[in-house]
Amino acid sequence: MKYVDEFRDPAIARQLIREIRESLPRIDVARQRPLQLMEFCGGHTHTIFRYGIEQMLPGAIELVHGPGCPVCVLPMGRVDDCVALAERPGVIFTTFGDAMRVPGSKKSLLQARADGADVRMVYSPMDALGLARDNPDRQVIFFALGFETTMPSTALTVLAAEREDIENFSIFCNHITTVPTIKAILDSPDMQLDGFVAPGHVSMVVGERPFQFIAKDYGKPIVISGFEPLDILQGVWMLVKQLADKRCEVENQYARVVRPAGNSAGLDAIHRVYELREFFEWRGLGSIDHSGVRIRDAYARFDAERKFSVPNLRIADPRACQCGEVLKGVIRPWQCKVFGGACTPETPMGALMVSSEGACAAYYNFGNLDELLQRRDSPDGVRFDRGST
Amino acid sequence: MCLGIPGQVVEIIDAGNKLAKVDIAGVRRQVNMACVVDEAHPVEDCMGEWVLVHVGFAMSRIDAEEARKTLALLAELGEAQAELDAMRESGKTSQTTR
Ligand code: SF4
Repeated sequence: MKYVDEFRDPAIARQLIREIRESLPRIDVARQRPLQLMEFCGGHTHTIFRYGIEQMLPGAIELVHGPGCPVCVLPMGRVDDCVALAERPGVIFTTFGDAMRVPGSKKSLLQARADGADVRMVYSPMDALGLARDNPDRQVIFFALGFETTMPSTALTVLAAEREDIENFSIFCNHITTVPTIKAILDSPDMQLDGFVAPGHVSMVVGERPFQFIAKDYGKPIVISGFEPLDILQGVWMLVKQLADKRCEVENQYARVVRPAGNSAGLDAIHRVYELREFFEWRGLGSIDHSGVRIRDAYARFDAERKFSVPNLRIADPRACQCGEVLKGVIRPWQCKVFGGACTPETPMGALMVSSEGACAAYYNFGNLDELLQRRDSPDGVRFDRGST
Repeated sequence: MCLGIPGQVVEIIDAGNKLAKVDIAGVRRQVNMACVVDEAHPVEDCMGEWVLVHVGFAMSRIDAEEARKTLALLAELGEAQAELDAMRESGKTSQTTR
């Protein structure tokens, strides 16, 4: 267990792993197949791979890595819209650095900038608003994206723009919501998940209550967790314990940051500025009901989609893409037919290969590639991807 | 982008607009404090406190020990660097961030 020694407190890690192992025999389903626990957040995925948390867990537990980062799941059509906005004369298009490389159907924002568009990286939407103040003769558009964690920041920026009456600022809103997405995954008939490690920073904004339905209506335990390796290990242990005790509730491992009711000022800003879209397209997952938000009519003048026209074309995902199955835990990332071949971090076909936080990219970068591909192509290498230690 | 980086409040810039200067791993920049203050805890009371900063907004007040652990983890993962670079660059371009 070379990884455990990297932990700040290896003794606690070992203890947690021991307790997880001891609880497993009390879980009925774990006797027939590996337990499938999903972590939803790319930050968790990153820690899991960096510290080899999957390898130190018993083989009867599989971690299913969720949609990764909100940048990866943007469909190509939305990236094309960004490029179209950025290429309008007189526009300064501002974005977080993460979004620059995401491929559109023709180019990424990085390529658009190389072709002459004024695309600028900002750290904060407030910096984009600052650019609008400094350049009153230009139209400054901010590419707003992210789950609930970043929603308050853009909402508060829109409210500031209104307060100051800044006319040349707008946002291209691509914020996505966590809960409807988890629900869509739970509703799919081939879903096999047994529990969820819920995202700590989304929960910091929305609180515990929005996750209750997962326990109540779907009978799956869920534990809100932090990002330290020990946080995640403890989150997994709390899930396993719930399953062993036949309990099913929302528990909060990350109480030092997440308050049960969330962040009221942040939620208030979200509700003032945004409303749910009927549906939103995801790369790899298709259209999911209510999984995105748009700007309310009251703030329409700050909505780039209404202020300018965007092509808004649907570009279908490549046929061979199996991101949906990976997300539902039906197949492991390396079992996708195009993994490591047509789909690599340099030429991503699906969402999960786009950023280092995506599950497929993580396996590609951190896994033993030859071995994984061999196992994919051998007939009996189906479910377990390691010994059942 | 989804990453929260701990920082310490070193100056109150504009109490009305809830803006403070926060030291984030050595980079000082303006941070919007709207999500961590209320009548019971106005921005003036935040001097010296630690907050978790996401894209220029303080999203949670944390204690110094939590801040120290999180900073150490981010350094280990090599995660915060891109974000800190963006912070530095972005601070330069928009002097009028209010
Ligand atoms: S290998 Fe590529 S297409 Fe296949 S599931 Fe992973 S990201 Fe999607």
